[in-house]
Amino acid sequence: MISDDDVRHVARLARLHLGPDETARMTAELAKILEHVAKISELGDDMSGVEPTAHVIDVTNVTRADKERPSWPREEALRNAPAVGDECFRVPRMGA
Amino acid sequence: MTTGLDPLRLTAREARRLLVDGEVTAAELLTAYLDQIEAVEDAVHAYLQVTADNARRYATEIDSEMGAARGALAGLPTAIKDNMVTEGVVTTCASKILHNYQPIYTATAVKQLFGDHVVMLGKANMDEFAMGSSCENSGFGPTRNPWDLSTVPGGSSGGSAAAVAAGEALWALGSDTGGSIRQPAALCGVVGMKPTYGAVSRYGLVAFASSLDQIGPITRDVWDCALLLGHIVGRDPCDSTSIELPCAVELPTAERLDGLRFGIPGEYLAAGVEPGVRARFDETVVRIEELGGVCEEISLPHTEYALPAYYIIAPAEASANLARFDGVRYGYRAAPVDDLIDMYERTRGEGFGAEVKRRIMIGTYALSSGYYDAFYGQAQRVRTLVRRDFAEAFEAVDLVVSPTSPTVAFKLGSRTADPLAMYMSDVCTIPVNLAGLPAISIPCGLADGLPVGFQLIGPAFSENAILSAAHALEQAIGFDQVASFREAGR
Repeated sequence: MISDDDVRHVARLARLHLGPDETARMTAELAKILEHVAKISELGDDMSGVEPTAHVIDVTNVTRADKERPSWPREEALRNAPAVGDECFRVPRMGA
Repeated sequence: MTTGLDPLRLTAREARRLLVDGEVTAAELLTAYLDQIEAVEDAVHAYLQVTADNARRYATEIDSEMGAARGALAGLPTAIKDNMVTEGVVTTCASKILHNYQPIYTATAVKQLFGDHVVMLGKANMDEFAMGSSCENSGFGPTRNPWDLSTVPGGSSGGSAAAVAAGEALWALGSDTGGSIRQPAALCGVVGMKPTYGAVSRYGLVAFASSLDQIGPITRDVWDCALLLGHIVGRDPCDSTSIELPCAVELPTAERLDGLRFGIPGEYLAAGVEPGVRARFDETVVRIEELGGVCEEISLPHTEYALPAYYIIAPAEASANLARFDGVRYGYRAAPVDDLIDMYERTRGEGFGAEVKRRIMIGTYALSSGYYDAFYGQAQRVRTLVRRDFAEAFEAVDLVVSPTSPTVAFKLGSRTADPLAMYMSDVCTIPVNLAGLPAISIPCGLADGLPVGFQLIGPAFSENAILSAAHALEQAIGFDQVASFREAGR
């Protein structure tokens, strides 16, 4: 069973801030959802010879010519950025 | 209106004829839709943004300048789901985290339609990042079902389906990851098709679950669906998963189903299908037989494992895809913050809605150390079993048929407190995405005054067979939205 501590750990992995109320609610909801999806474990031993499907249509090794193409102009790529400095994405400092 | 155009009745086929014959101008056609939007949009809220000025300018251009250079779809007023990026037109995915995002390019499928000179009416509402089955997860308020404003239009392409049903668009593009085109089409009484995985480029479709997502048409009838599909398919060098269909999409003409074999999976009718939905489904099966088709019961034995597998695979892929929304390159950024990590966590915590957070959490959990094989690995093996079920079925039958949704449109708020109850809305559509197959939903009548959808599923690349059978069936059903709509006082 998933605990509040598990939820806090996963939220940290997902870089997702959850408030205290949100954490408790998330724990309860995830417990129900995980119980539902755990149904697939019923198939347990029957599955040893079954290959996993990652891609449904039979295409392999899709390649293209290794040719130069123009990339986005810098100002276009930066246009939506919340903060820009020295023609780069500007972010808060790392580590408090 | 002076032109006598009725947006509730008009098909793309007829609109195109009127335009080509010079009976209406693109500007007049557009005006009919903008007037209808003006009249009903406050109640329906199908759009996140109506791009009326751009549309007017473009329609005038089509009328005055293009002449013989007009594209095949010139002047047809089109709604685009807001998870397809449109250059210079804000694209939000119905999420606060992208509230101000102005894309610098246009999605390939949309670009193809622009190349055919469609007129974009605006960006359609949806569940945030296409996660949901009711449009109630939009960060900017729900869309309502034009058939009954107290009910949901379905989701996640609820805005696209409601726009077509309400006459606020001639047709629309949606996207379908677990039923997000077919279920809202069913609940709104219109036609919606999910093509074979890879048939339509996903370049510029904001990614939710990359191994499942497909763009497809939402239209008033099957012929229009084929027309629109034919203009969005094709291999795109920008999407390495895209493929060329083995043959061109044909405009359907069939009126009979002689010799075709239809499989009815008992598992899809087992639980949760409302009696009214079941009754319309059974009647439609009788119609298939009247048209010369043969129906037989089949089994898709792993159906009960499809939904649980989907709710591991889709959130797992989503948790990876949505990592890019971190407040660095675009969209919302929280402030003030302590440091970089705090900025990521608060931006995402404040920018994403409840369902998106749930999916990111489920996905991150399922992919985290120690759980990966039990959840994600096992779900991918279930996916193989679901594919095999269909492959075996298609050795015996040509198409598989089922209700699209176990229920008609439900009341706003009735499933929001219980995520699992909401997930069950897609129990008949999800296996199709897991197997990458094409499927269509067509209206097959009403139950409790609300539309019921009939789903036809085919093998990979069988778009023409599906459209052809759906066309024949549609003619026999004779679903008349306008008559039903007006009778219901809408």
